[in-house]
Amino acid sequence: MHNYTIAELIKGLQNKEFSSVELTQHFLDRISQLNDNYNAVITITGEQALTAAALADKRLASGDAPAMCGVPILHKDIFCTDGVRTSCGSKMLDNFVPPYNATVVENFARDGAVMLGKTNMDEFAMGSSNETSFYGPVKNPWATDSVPGGSSGGSAAAIAARLAPGATATDTGGSIRQPAALCGISGLKPTYGRVSRWGMIAFASSLDQAGPMARTAEDCAIMLNCMASFDEKDSTSVEQSVPDYTASLGNSVKGLKIGIPKEYFSEGLHPGTELAVREALAELEAQGAELVDISLPSSDLSVPAYYVIAPAEASANLSRFDGVKYGYRCENPKDLQDMYCRSRSEGFGEEVQRRILIGTYCLSAGYYDAYYGKAQQVRQLIQQDFSEAFKSVDLIMGPTCPSPAFKFGAKGDDPVAMYLEDIYTIATNLAGLPGMSVPCGMVEEKPVGLQIIGNYFDEARMLNVAHQFQQITDWHHQAPEAV
Amino acid sequence: MNWETVIGLEVHVQLATKTKIFSAASTTFGATPNTQACAIDLAMPGTLPVLNKQAVNYAIMFGLAIDAEICQESVFERKNYFYPDLPKGYQTTQLEKPIVGRGSVTIQLADGTEKAIRIHHAHLEEDAGKSTHEGDLPYGMSGVDLNRAGTPLIEIVSEPDMRSAEEAIAFAKKLHSIVTSIKICDGEMSQGSMRFDVNVSVRPAGSSTLGIRTETKNLNSYKFMEEAIEREVERQIDLIEDGGTVAQETRLYNGDTKVAKSMRSKEEANDYRYFPCPDLLPVLVSDETIEELRQALPELPDARQNRFVSQYALSDYDSAIIASDSNMSAFFETVAKDSNNPKLAANWVMGELSGSLNNAGLGFTESPVSAKQLAGMVVRIADNSISGKMAKQVFEAMWQGEGTADEIIESKGLKQVSDSGALEKIVVDVLAANAVMVEDFINSDESKRKKKLGGFMGQIMKASKGQANPQQVNQILLQKLNELL
Amino acid sequence: MTIEREEIKKLATLSRLAIDEKTIADVTGRLSSVLALVDQLQNADTESLQEISRPFHTSQRLRNDEVKETDQRDAFQAIAPQTHNGLFSVPKMIE
Repeated sequence: MHNYTIAELIKGLQNKEFSSVELTQHFLDRISQLNDNYNAVITITGEQALTAAALADKRLASGDAPAMCGVPILHKDIFCTDGVRTSCGSKMLDNFVPPYNATVVENFARDGAVMLGKTNMDEFAMGSSNETSFYGPVKNPWATDSVPGGSSGGSAAAIAARLAPGATATDTGGSIRQPAALCGISGLKPTYGRVSRWGMIAFASSLDQAGPMARTAEDCAIMLNCMASFDEKDSTSVEQSVPDYTASLGNSVKGLKIGIPKEYFSEGLHPGTELAVREALAELEAQGAELVDISLPSSDLSVPAYYVIAPAEASANLSRFDGVKYGYRCENPKDLQDMYCRSRSEGFGEEVQRRILIGTYCLSAGYYDAYYGKAQQVRQLIQQDFSEAFKSVDLIMGPTCPSPAFKFGAKGDDPVAMYLEDIYTIATNLAGLPGMSVPCGMVEEKPVGLQIIGNYFDEARMLNVAHQFQQITDWHHQAPEAV
Repeated sequence: MNWETVIGLEVHVQLATKTKIFSAASTTFGATPNTQACAIDLAMPGTLPVLNKQAVNYAIMFGLAIDAEICQESVFERKNYFYPDLPKGYQTTQLEKPIVGRGSVTIQLADGTEKAIRIHHAHLEEDAGKSTHEGDLPYGMSGVDLNRAGTPLIEIVSEPDMRSAEEAIAFAKKLHSIVTSIKICDGEMSQGSMRFDVNVSVRPAGSSTLGIRTETKNLNSYKFMEEAIEREVERQIDLIEDGGTVAQETRLYNGDTKVAKSMRSKEEANDYRYFPCPDLLPVLVSDETIEELRQALPELPDARQNRFVSQYALSDYDSAIIASDSNMSAFFETVAKDSNNPKLAANWVMGELSGSLNNAGLGFTESPVSAKQLAGMVVRIADNSISGKMAKQVFEAMWQGEGTADEIIESKGLKQVSDSGALEKIVVDVLAANAVMVEDFINSDESKRKKKLGGFMGQIMKASKGQANPQQVNQILLQKLNELL
Repeated sequence: MTIEREEIKKLATLSRLAIDEKTIADVTGRLSSVLALVDQLQNADTESLQEISRPFHTSQRLRNDEVKETDQRDAFQAIAPQTHNGLFSVPKMIE
């Protein structure tokens, strides 16, 4: 059963080939047997899952259940779950059990999806390798000496290891697409505002966006149907109706104009990755799509702009973790300042503290204009690049990340090397555009991701093209040997 | 040397909304600690703000009331600092693009002159919670109540246009009058509904450059404000005259101990790192919204004052006092209309009633004597049924809840005697019984006689048990005495 | 742009982080390398550009002024580090 896609599981549940309880038990068993190898899941909610599955079975029996009803999934531990620890990968929130649900969690619960547990992640979503988690690194199921990517590395590895058919994830600078690429699965970061941020612990509020991860584009479409909603509790949620993302999956790619930005094939791109991506593009061309060379001239500014904006917003977003209302408080504080400083330094890991310091620096008196102000202007340059490109193309494609999964510790000493991991993904977050990664090949026995960038609210077309690509390729069906 | 004082005010006004500025939790004053602090107010992880429409409307109304520019696009920013009563570790406020731009408020001074005080801007922001250091807390601990956290405020920032404590108080009172008249604030100073930060500097008279200023924060009464300003001015002048310089600093004034002190230690490391709040979008205000609110804007104190002069023929002084308080105005107008005697109504509302309410710590809306009751009494004064002195007794009884003026006049037998026959008899009797006084009166100089009339009046009122109509008695007495001359 | 030790200490104070002397050198080096990356921004020609802090230029939605929250103090205080009689307890604040 664990090799089925979500679409296949839905059919099986609706045709009574198996019950949700059986399915849920099966995945719970797999998690308990295999999770130690990967450390992908950090909280298992077995009892709750079986109760929810039994309820889902009743709804399924009544014959009028939503698509996701009875399908087991995992939630990234950044989404607040009522009564279930929500740690955000941090010691700061190791004891935090929220009395409320994130809207994303509510949406899946409403449709009867079954939560199996919570997935590991980089602390406060700050990382590209899942090495910053308080709960230890996640191992890539394709090569357990290598990273799964981050920050949604737990969700990506769990899907690759068939511990769940789908999982929620979030993406601030590539945190859905990069781990999806490194783990050989599909993942979509929707347009900013498409999925509610309520109850999702904020990293950088103007960049954060939740999205689905699954093995196939079709599964991502099914999950996005459930996840996407207008939410009046999130002022940045966009008041726009949600289409049925599965409806247009079958459309032909004939005549589709795909922009290939030359900046995404520059120095630093692994030749194997480049080859795999170019072959994938050739496949689409063979199906009738038209490849158009384009330029996104401000691309090289996206990483520097991101590393001003994201830490700046994070430095304020993380101020609420002060040891007063919830979360970690240090032992025996000698006074108020001592409580603040020690609670935060003991509760936050090194990378989180580094980003808080950078953000504080960029916003501080005398530096604001040179850093934050400038970065926000660059953000407009980047947005202009894309809007210019989308005048002549329907989608933009390129590699998701510069190289396949690297070994643990490979970039440990140099934060900048790690930051460059997101060189191709960050620009879409700055512009608020949707981006996706689908598996498109293997290099050194590790998966390669093809990135698809769409115009605002054009997720249906991205999913359609990704689905069509998956009709003619089988990279998305390949599984790590150990699985 | 002659020194000139320069004062600017920053005034925090709590808006009278039902809910917080960014959450749907109640703002009711005085609730049990932390029972009105929801997940958003507590800055629980993942929670997000959604802006209260009424708070925006109230801010716009204030802008319209001071004839200010309403900014069609205003932006919320985060002001970053750590304090236990600030749950997010930043205050959501406005800096670069406040909702209300430049405006002006006219103040009236005791000598009758008027002065315009310019408003630099007014912005929307959230209030912080409250910390307690006293009471039954574990040793070395403070307690934090976040009920107030997120209460909507407008902060009104004036230009440094005031030159004395008197002007500053007049300005503060005028703002109080405006915000309560347009009903965007309950005006309860004792509950912290209005708080004042006072910027004070001094400079040699005639100089056009500003001196170094200090900011005394969080004053919540006019009296404390006056004291704080006077002490600070004195301190600065002494300091400069002794060869020192004023340090730019934040100060606190304790109204109970009358001690002011510097908060410099707390200021040292401050760098608020303002930046636009990414969780909130720019607030756009349409011309239609502004027009709608302008149409619905309640009467402003200045307009009301002018109306009182023309409609009720009140003096400038009386109308200014009454018009400055919207509840007092409403009370007065009912009494004036019901009694059809605005002048007497004004006297009683401003005099006896205001005094009694003030002593009892009550507002006009809580008055034990209703406007209708007071009007009933005014009618009886006007038609000479009771004298002014009796009216005080009647008022006292109404205050105690003993009934309407007519009921009290009846039950206490307070009816004034206005029958000229009866009064004449009393006057004649009193004159007869006081022959010595009469003799004395006749033998006195013209100039001293007037004074001596009082003695006869006292006797006559006593003889009538206070019920004689004094004007009539006065007339009859003069007539009878003149006959004797 | 390099960053000085003293500056790191100031940032740590503003951020309420306790960074011990030992790690300051390490942090200084790493921050400097990040700032060198970020300094590439200075090359960008942004003369005529506005600062945009959000992806879309839409306007803030406004909520009606209706009380919808109920008292959940017990639930919230159950996960608080320390409370006393309904108040959140913190080490004494010095005015």
